[in-house]
Amino acid sequence: MKELKIVVNNKVGLHARPASLFVQAATKFKSDINVSCQDSETKEDRKANAKSILGILTLGVFQGMEITIEAEGEDEDAAVDTLVALVENDFGEK
Amino acid sequence: MKELAGIPASRGIGIGPIFQFVRKELIIEERSNIQPEEELKRLKTAISTAKEQIDSIYEKALKESSDADAEIFQAHRMILEDPELLAGVENKIKNQDKSAELAMQETGQSFSDIMAAMSDEYFAARATDILDVRNRVLRILLGIAESPTTAMNEPSVIAADDLTPSDTVLLDKTLVIGFCTSRGSATSHTAILARGLGIPAVAGVGDEVLSQKNGTQVILDGTKGTAIFAPGKELINEYHQRIKAANSIHEEAMKYAEEPARTKDGKRVEVVANIGNVEGAKSAVKNGAEGVGLLRTEFLYLERKKLPTEEEQFQVYKDILDVFGDMPVILRTLDVGGDKEIPYMGLEAESNSFLGQRALRLCLARPDIFKPQLRAALRASAGYNLKIMFPMVATASEVRAARKVLDECSAELEEEGVQMAAEIEIGIMVEIPSAALVADQLAKEVDFFSIGTNDLSQYTMAADRTNPKVAELSDAFFPAVLRLVREVIRAAHKEGKWVGMCGELAGEPLALPILLGLELDEFSMNPPMIPLAKQIIRNLDTRDMKEIADQALELESPADIQAFIKEKIPFIAEITG
Repeated sequence: MKELKIVVNNKVGLHARPASLFVQAATKFKSDINVSCQDSETKEDRKANAKSILGILTLGVFQGMEITIEAEGEDEDAAVDTLVALVENDFGEK
Repeated sequence: MKELAGIPASRGIGIGPIFQFVRKELIIEERSNIQPEEELKRLKTAISTAKEQIDSIYEKALKESSDADAEIFQAHRMILEDPELLAGVENKIKNQDKSAELAMQETGQSFSDIMAAMSDEYFAARATDILDVRNRVLRILLGIAESPTTAMNEPSVIAADDLTPSDTVLLDKTLVIGFCTSRGSATSHTAILARGLGIPAVAGVGDEVLSQKNGTQVILDGTKGTAIFAPGKELINEYHQRIKAANSIHEEAMKYAEEPARTKDGKRVEVVANIGNVEGAKSAVKNGAEGVGLLRTEFLYLERKKLPTEEEQFQVYKDILDVFGDMPVILRTLDVGGDKEIPYMGLEAESNSFLGQRALRLCLARPDIFKPQLRAALRASAGYNLKIMFPMVATASEVRAARKVLDECSAELEEEGVQMAAEIEIGIMVEIPSAALVADQLAKEVDFFSIGTNDLSQYTMAADRTNPKVAELSDAFFPAVLRLVREVIRAAHKEGKWVGMCGELAGEPLALPILLGLELDEFSMNPPMIPLAKQIIRNLDTRDMKEIADQALELESPADIQAFIKEKIPFIAEITG
């Protein structure tokens, strides 16, 4: 298993177009991929399937929040690297 | 005969039979003897059919509607393929012995509820999307036809509560004469669609429209915002005449779009365009603009991470000037304030940004923003007919301060050996009542004025035009605003300066006679309005308009003034309904 933490810096967080780009990218990999983050109010960890647009949207990731991307499977390294790069580049908005 | 009044949502008149757009209710009954294997198979087939439908709707939307509409169906496709949604449905079938319909209905509902509970407009829209997708799958499972309008076989006026994107994309638009909705507003999806198609729409007429029988004749007046059901023969004839008259004026207007506008008594009137980017420039030329009365420059600054460089601005200005050759182009310097989100400028939020440090006030305080824009404009002027205009001027000293910065820039460029146009006219927007009241003083400082009626109205009437509760007061047809316009024009002409207008009033058919009467020199408007404005001007005689304008300004309200113009100049009444 491979996992990395990264802060989401783009304006809308993991919503709208960025969320759909994220899910589209995740779907290209065979590995199981999950995204987790800490609820800003309850401090509980929440987790969602990175290939589910509904899961990602309801995760509620806003600008400035840290997320953990973890992948398990044959292409886990490439999957995590690709998704981290997408977040780092503000989903191509930079 | 029955007349219902609503909100005018899209201009024009339509006459035809009513077609009630009724969505079939999706009734799902609990079944016993569920064979999970069988239900899973049905679900799989239904989902793949739904995918095919969405893909073909997506293609149709790409061709016929906007990209934003098409994107909605891309989102639908993602929802349909969502692993969590599918896992939820399959789980209910396998472990709770539920039918495919019931499992889909419940799972879709619970995801939609989660989204709807997130108290954010974006999520509320996604909640609707999920239900839209769910209902598509349910219709397939239940064998219900997709669009209620497949039963519509003659051109009709569609009656509905309000329509969703899924509803409207499937409509055969060649059969739609207009829309009449019980709910909705001028900004709802149906209204936007109707305006895009150029067909009339009336929104928010109330539930009574839904009880009208299919086939009942209706006269839909999208300009006035009324629907008349089962009208008499005479009334129908009268409206047919009006449609004919309006059509012939529009046709004629398009035919002569590129000809200059000369009044009946031979006065040449300059009709120019308001634009905000290179595409607007092309549309302006296509519609017969004789130049640009307002080049908004805000687009260069919005939705980006740092200030546009002088070089970048120079290129864009040059591209636009190039479209117009030797025609005049008036560049308005940056007009933003605390209401705009431009993070890199570090603008402070102000409690009332329309009365705050915006536009020229901001530019004078921020040479780092102002100077690169002025330098870029001056550089681009070489070989073209560029004019520069400052927005939101309240006092003469502001004009002098702005001119000083401009002179510095041009001295710098001269020193650097950069080419510039030999003469560049300098003007200001007159949009603050104080500027209108001391127009005689300001006229000595500039070469021209351009009256911005949108802001002039809201500042004169102290009514925020974006606040629906008071927006009605922010109307340039109030005599208070029109009298200021009269004084501004008089004061400028006394100093031998010319006056244009770039607010919405300048393209308003009912305002054209008044503005001609007040001797406005230049009319600047959105490109699509130019052909009609020119055609109206051609049919007016300025000598009669002076009298009409003076009388109009003695009236009390916008409604009085508009009714007066319609009475005096019947052909404009035909166009505006």
